[in-house]
Amino acid sequence: MHETTLLLIEAGALLLGMSLLGRLANAIGISAIPFYLLLGLAFGDGGFIPFDASEEFFETGSEIGVILLLALLGLEYTASELFGSLKSARAAGLVDALLNALPGAALALLLGWGPVAAVALAGVTWVSSSGVIAKLLRDLGRLSNRETPGILAVLVLEDLAMAFYLPILSALVIGLSLWQGAISVAIAVAVVSVILFVALRYGNLVSKLFPADQYEPLLLGVLGLTMLVAGLAAEVNVSAAVGAFLVGIALSGRVAENASQVLTPLRDLFAAIFFVFFGLTTDAAELVSMLLPALALAVVTILTKLATGVYTARKAGVGTLGQWRAGFALAPRGEFSIVIAGLAVGAGVAPQLAPLATGYVLITIIAGTFLARVPDAAWFRESVKRRRARQAG
Amino acid sequence: MGIRIEKVDLPGIGVRHDLVTEGGRRISVVSHRDGERDLGVFDEDDPDACRNSVPLNDEEAAALADVLGASVMLSRLTSLSDETAGLYTEQIALPTDSPYLNRTLGDTKARTRTHASIVAIVRDGSVIPSPTPAERLRAGDVIVVVGTREGLDGVSRLLANGPD
Repeated sequence: MHETTLLLIEAGALLLGMSLLGRLANAIGISAIPFYLLLGLAFGDGGFIPFDASEEFFETGSEIGVILLLALLGLEYTASELFGSLKSARAAGLVDALLNALPGAALALLLGWGPVAAVALAGVTWVSSSGVIAKLLRDLGRLSNRETPGILAVLVLEDLAMAFYLPILSALVIGLSLWQGAISVAIAVAVVSVILFVALRYGNLVSKLFPADQYEPLLLGVLGLTMLVAGLAAEVNVSAAVGAFLVGIALSGRVAENASQVLTPLRDLFAAIFFVFFGLTTDAAELVSMLLPALALAVVTILTKLATGVYTARKAGVGTLGQWRAGFALAPRGEFSIVIAGLAVGAGVAPQLAPLATGYVLITIIAGTFLARVPDAAWFRESVKRRRARQAG
Repeated sequence: MGIRIEKVDLPGIGVRHDLVTEGGRRISVVSHRDGERDLGVFDEDDPDACRNSVPLNDEEAAALADVLGASVMLSRLTSLSDETAGLYTEQIALPTDSPYLNRTLGDTKARTRTHASIVAIVRDGSVIPSPTPAERLRAGDVIVVVGTREGLDGVSRLLANGPD
């Protein structure tokens, strides 16, 4: 068969499968990400059918997926929201980082994967999935709840922290000497700071480059600028994803609104391809051997996220039930964890990191989705009420 | 007592406005970036949680605001007539044979002639607050007037018979 024909057949079959799985995920009310990962695991390396012809197609698609994922994340936030969250949730963000990054780092060191892998795994366990959690809050009708602004502020801070963390990680995984490593980390942080400053201060000028109401030039322009900056950022070791995130932040007003409207379908397509590709390149057999550490890590870090949420909500003066809701809502990890694992594995750091991260994300998303509903259950509300009554009496 | 409305940012989603009533109930409106609103009513047992939320589109939200706003205005007017001696509110049904039927409010020159103000028109069950002089009077309109007893009687006469 002709190479291109085979590519069409493989890619088409896979996309069709993803669509069916997406519907299934919707029907049972959980995120489709774990399904895409599982589908990828089932095929590709170590799966039933290796996908040869379409490997390159999926690889390129997955890179665009990461870029769009981050660009749209940047588009979601305005400068005032970033600074507002930085002011109001600083303490919560710090608690979040410490409690959740340390277990990951500790496990990597325990498994003997070395310090660079420890930094990577720390990132994997630290960052909750903004996408999964925002959708969860919406589905459960909790946008009006009093604990919600705190949860969202923690997510914003994590996303902002990623703008600095990812370039540091990409500098580390290149594996330079300590001195050279320090220099490239310093350059990366400086570049991010400069771009962030320009984006926040002169974002309206950048937005003027694009016509807000002409969808085709807007789509092409924003996509073009995003890919261009992402590529340049990667060239100076500042991770393409971060470049895309910063472009997203720089755009504001109607341009940002309309750009996110035209880019969202593209993001959905390519982000899904990204998750499937990560599964494709991960060996399913290794996932089984990594299942136990992944499970242990998930249990520990769901508890640490619970503590983070309780702390955040308590500081905002929210009652006991609300504290539980905030804690469990933060549990799912998702897109960033996979981005980080992909970055580390791609550079040849601890190849077992990929199956570990896959298992970990699968467990936290599924468990998190169910745990988030627990505080709404009648028995849970009753038991909280009883405990409160006991404490009062 | 002044009414406090608290504004809370919801990064990535929009803003939320909270109102706590005198009875201690919390009502909130989440305004999404795309103009969608969620009207939330909070749980009495668990004041942090939204018990029920009603999604509203732009037009529905505006209509609801109109109804709420108008009733506030009318109830304020009623309380005004209780408290302030000599100032009354009256709802006058437009007589079916009024000379001003299908003419504009400005044509009546009600304020100049009677020193009473027309503050609202109730039409088809909805309220037109602060109608402009260009507003055309229709059959079945109920006109809400504020003024002295004499002034109100004057408006009544004016609408029924035209200028003396």
